[in-house]
Amino acid sequence: MSVFKDAGHLFRFAGLFVLAFLVFLVVRHYVVPKSFGEYGHYRGAAMGEIAAHPAKFAGHDTCEACHSDVADKKSKGKHAHVNCEACHGALFQRLPNPEQPRPNLYKRFVALIIPPAPPDSPLLRHAEDPSSVKPEMPDTAVLCARCHTASAAKPKGFPQVAPADHSNGVPCETCHQPHNPAIDAGGAK
Amino acid sequence: MNGVEGYMYPNEITLYWSVLIVLYPYITGLVAGAFILASLERVFRVEAVKPTYRLALLTALAFLLVAPLPLVLHLGHPFRSPEMYFTPHSTSAMAMFGYVYMWYLMAVLVFEIWLDYRREIVLLSQSSTGLLRLIYKVMTLGSTNISPRSLAIDERVGWIVTLIGIPSAFLLHGYVGFIFGSIKANPWWSSPLMPVVFIFSAMVSGIAGVMLLYMGINKLRKQAIDMRCVDTIAMYMFYIYIIDFSLEMLDLVHRIYEANESFNSLNFMVHTKLYFSQIVLQICLGTITPLVLLFLTQVVKLPEIARKYMYVISGCLALIGVLAMRWNVVIGGQLFSKSFLGYTTYKMALATKEGLIVAIFLTLLPLLFLWVLVKLLPPWPEKSAPAPAAAD
Repeated sequence: MSVFKDAGHLFRFAGLFVLAFLVFLVVRHYVVPKSFGEYGHYRGAAMGEIAAHPAKFAGHDTCEACHSDVADKKSKGKHAHVNCEACHGALFQRLPNPEQPRPNLYKRFVALIIPPAPPDSPLLRHAEDPSSVKPEMPDTAVLCARCHTASAAKPKGFPQVAPADHSNGVPCETCHQPHNPAIDAGGAK
Repeated sequence: MNGVEGYMYPNEITLYWSVLIVLYPYITGLVAGAFILASLERVFRVEAVKPTYRLALLTALAFLLVAPLPLVLHLGHPFRSPEMYFTPHSTSAMAMFGYVYMWYLMAVLVFEIWLDYRREIVLLSQSSTGLLRLIYKVMTLGSTNISPRSLAIDERVGWIVTLIGIPSAFLLHGYVGFIFGSIKANPWWSSPLMPVVFIFSAMVSGIAGVMLLYMGINKLRKQAIDMRCVDTIAMYMFYIYIIDFSLEMLDLVHRIYEANESFNSLNFMVHTKLYFSQIVLQICLGTITPLVLLFLTQVVKLPEIARKYMYVISGCLALIGVLAMRWNVVIGGQLFSKSFLGYTTYKMALATKEGLIVAIFLTLLPLLFLWVLVKLLPPWPEKSAPAPAAAD
């Protein structure tokens, strides 16, 4: 069978492909998480891990339990459907657990390249400890402009201003009470 | 906001696809073009371009080895890139690139080069010494059979591999165009002509690249340039460039005539932000000038030295023109808002992961790889061939 003898090198090259494919399958077996593809093209166990994250937002019901006067004022104005934490920030964040297990070698290596997010501020635990932790008052000159700066993409009926021309740096709350912003509802003064 | 005119959606202000994503289709295009040039000799029997056959294959391999690097550097988590292979996503064109790339690298280019060089590899594994001997021995895969019959089998199999390689080269680069052409949300990209334009411009850049390399290397080696070979390459480059230019103009005329809701925005961009890179660099300097020069070499009987200069100038301009085309597609497609109400600016960083220095390094890296490959597998005829050893 001289054809096979003279084509022997081709079988060697093909053997290299087969070997590479087998190595690929073995590596794949070890590196692909067991729960991958359980629900879709992602790691199924990630669902449970994400669900186990502690809540960061207390929810407006929690705020209104103590701040009923503000809730009452807000319900009469244009901001009735804006949640408290949309402006005041998430108020149920917890400090990192000191008993958290040490991250594995890979996560520590990745952290060298991509710095992890800073830990949550203790000031944001107001909902957990309302008497001793007071959140900072938002700066209305910055906060209001986030939604109300004029833009061609916003609906025409939405109140929009060019902040520099409109207030010339004067904080918005001087004229508009943030919880009920109409001028006739009274500013903070 | 600095660099923003009118209204941009928040996710459009910063360009996510940087200069590295410009380099990726450019480098891939050089691979496809170089391979098509090699196939002219192997499949279409254009004997005149034979002196560039092996150089074209090595050039394609050198550039293909670098092709995925811009993509990997662009990733936020580069270490996750192998997951593309481990968990293939069959409905994502972008995710399947790894397989297209691997097919082209291993089943087409490496296999064809190995078959073509097998005789030399076996001879060099017997005549060289030290580390080189070990490298050549590994490359033989343990087979030293270079009998006329086995070499005839290599020739036949190599022809079949090249035949498969042509649609594979079209697939590789057509795929790159497809990635852009299939993004229906972006009117600058969304066009079924995109893969075709990419393939033809790739052929132009690949052929120009190999032609310049062939002339440059021969100059450095103080060897005579085979003018019949260079004339033939320039002729093919001229014909393919005409097709490429016609397709690009067809796309332009189609957009102007259709004048859909995106037209004013795109028209404004071509006349302002992309004026230099599109009108000046891509069309005038990078396409019309080389076409005129190549046309002159085809219709006027010019002396050899004049033809050489004209080929070098048109080759360099074609490479600049195709790079400008990639720039205009990738960067241009991100400069305008999909609301058609505003424009942003791309400011290239200098010394960052996706900056200018890295881009220059990645452009030069294939030349370093090519130098190593040429040292290892010389693409020119042997000066004094060592006597063939006995077959095993």
